[in-house]
Amino acid sequence: MISYGFKQRIASVVVYIFLAVMAFLSIFPFLWMVIGATNTTSDIVKGKMTFGEAVVANATTFFTQVNAPLIFWNSAKITIIATVLTLLISSLAGYGFEIFSSRFREKLYTLMLLSLMIPFAALMIPLFMLMGKFGLINTHIAVVLPTVASAFIIFYFRQSTKAFPHELRDAARVDGLKEWQIFFLIYMPVMRSTYAAAFIIVFMTAWNSYLWPLIVLQSNETKTITLVISSLGSAYYPDYGVVMIGTVLATIPTLFVFFAMQRQFVEGMLGSVK
Amino acid sequence: MSAISTRPKRPRFDVNGWLFVGPALALIAIFMVFPILHSLWMSFQSGLGMRLSFAGLKNIYRLFNDPLFLMALTNTFIFFLVQVPVMLTLALITAALLNNPDIKFRGVLRTAIFLPCVTSLVAYTVLFKSMFVANGLVNTVLINLGIVNVGIPWMTDPFWCRVMIIIAITWRWTGYNMIFYLAAMQNIDRSVYEAARIDGVPTWARFVSLTVPMLKPVILFTTVTSTIGTLQLFDEVSTITGGGSAGGAAGPGNSALTLSLYIYNLTFKFAPNLGYAATVSYVIVLLVAILSFLQFYAARERKA
Repeated sequence: MISYGFKQRIASVVVYIFLAVMAFLSIFPFLWMVIGATNTTSDIVKGKMTFGEAVVANATTFFTQVNAPLIFWNSAKITIIATVLTLLISSLAGYGFEIFSSRFREKLYTLMLLSLMIPFAALMIPLFMLMGKFGLINTHIAVVLPTVASAFIIFYFRQSTKAFPHELRDAARVDGLKEWQIFFLIYMPVMRSTYAAAFIIVFMTAWNSYLWPLIVLQSNETKTITLVISSLGSAYYPDYGVVMIGTVLATIPTLFVFFAMQRQFVEGMLGSVK
Repeated sequence: MSAISTRPKRPRFDVNGWLFVGPALALIAIFMVFPILHSLWMSFQSGLGMRLSFAGLKNIYRLFNDPLFLMALTNTFIFFLVQVPVMLTLALITAALLNNPDIKFRGVLRTAIFLPCVTSLVAYTVLFKSMFVANGLVNTVLINLGIVNVGIPWMTDPFWCRVMIIIAITWRWTGYNMIFYLAAMQNIDRSVYEAARIDGVPTWARFVSLTVPMLKPVILFTTVTSTIGTLQLFDEVSTITGGGSAGGAAGPGNSALTLSLYIYNLTFKFAPNLGYAATVSYVIVLLVAILSFLQFYAARERKA
């Protein structure tokens, strides 16, 4: 007869083993990436799990094959422009939807939320043709423009604006501030944690985006780090040591943002269920 | 008087409101509404490149006789039907275990399991590709553990290629979905659990009959978003197989050809047929709509 306490202990051991395995499997590819960057490709495809001495050789090959400063600048430029514009335009809209009333407000808002369900595959061909008409193919602004009015971020800002104290706004109106002054001088500073969470989501999405840049950016001078990793890594026999250098470099910014703003990150992901 | 009664606002035309939402609405109209309508119009046209002419329902007939489309549809459904339930179950179980305040290192474990979310889809796919090569890490470990005698042909066998892709996607998104469940679980009243525990309801029964029903809205949310995500699968299959950017077949026997990848190939590879590509893209729109509706419907039924 097994006692209750013994059964409990077995159960808790099983729980810890399960969670430890999950955590290990989640972290392992990061470890593999860093170790891989120090090994030759022939060692990587043999599954070598110890640090090697090829890091300098890999990095040298990477930096001769890829114009790394330009590629990173492209990624950074796209990410910065996308983040600033998306935060501005989508927060204006989220605030506007919540604060001001008009006849079609809720209908427009529902329609906008429905657009979240439209798969990008259904948009990419007409979008590509549209960008061709505008003469924007192979430009970074074409990568950014369709992402700026993000229904998800607008939704997130509208939800968060419900917590913005309307007394503040009323007091500002009494003081004679114009509506745009209230937004930029009062709303933005008060809602900075909302902006922080939205920042992380937009930053990650822009930095990691792939399909749309793949379509729009056609010359090597405009490509982003994600596109470069993909073209290095999708060869039939990729030079993995070199690709690993690229993935490490491409992951550092997002890891940095994640650890610097972890609390807001989790809150940001949860913005939609609150 | 009027200053006090401003709260229940009467709908009226407010210039300020339009100024605030205007830029976003204009951008959505140009880059979302116009393209989706344009795409609908294109789906009834046919021809090479930009020279399209009206074709009526020809594209729809073509769908049913196109082995590549049927392959892409089948693959997309396999990924959706296998991957989404596996991932969400795993996420739900992990969240339930991590929700126990007595667990040590909760924060560390949660961060670790969530970490895959920060990687780009392309970067993690390359990592998985390098781990699953013929004599690579995964096969070495499996052979050494005695699970298999000969290495699994991940990259050359259609079945195992799909398994590899499902493992990769599950790795990337389980932690993401877990966070939603954890947040929702934090809102559940602890006393309900306590009462059930005192009544002698076993742990697994509490999970099935208490936790899962109370999480229904969040489970619905994650199911719908995961469905949309899986039906649009592109980055991973494109990078693993080189089928998107390098051309050629998408994986062994096109086993990794998804609808999005097929649309991309129809548009930018071979002889581009934009009209037919638009028709295939509307298949995704239709599937998303139908599946989301079914999921909402199923969730509503159980509530009654």
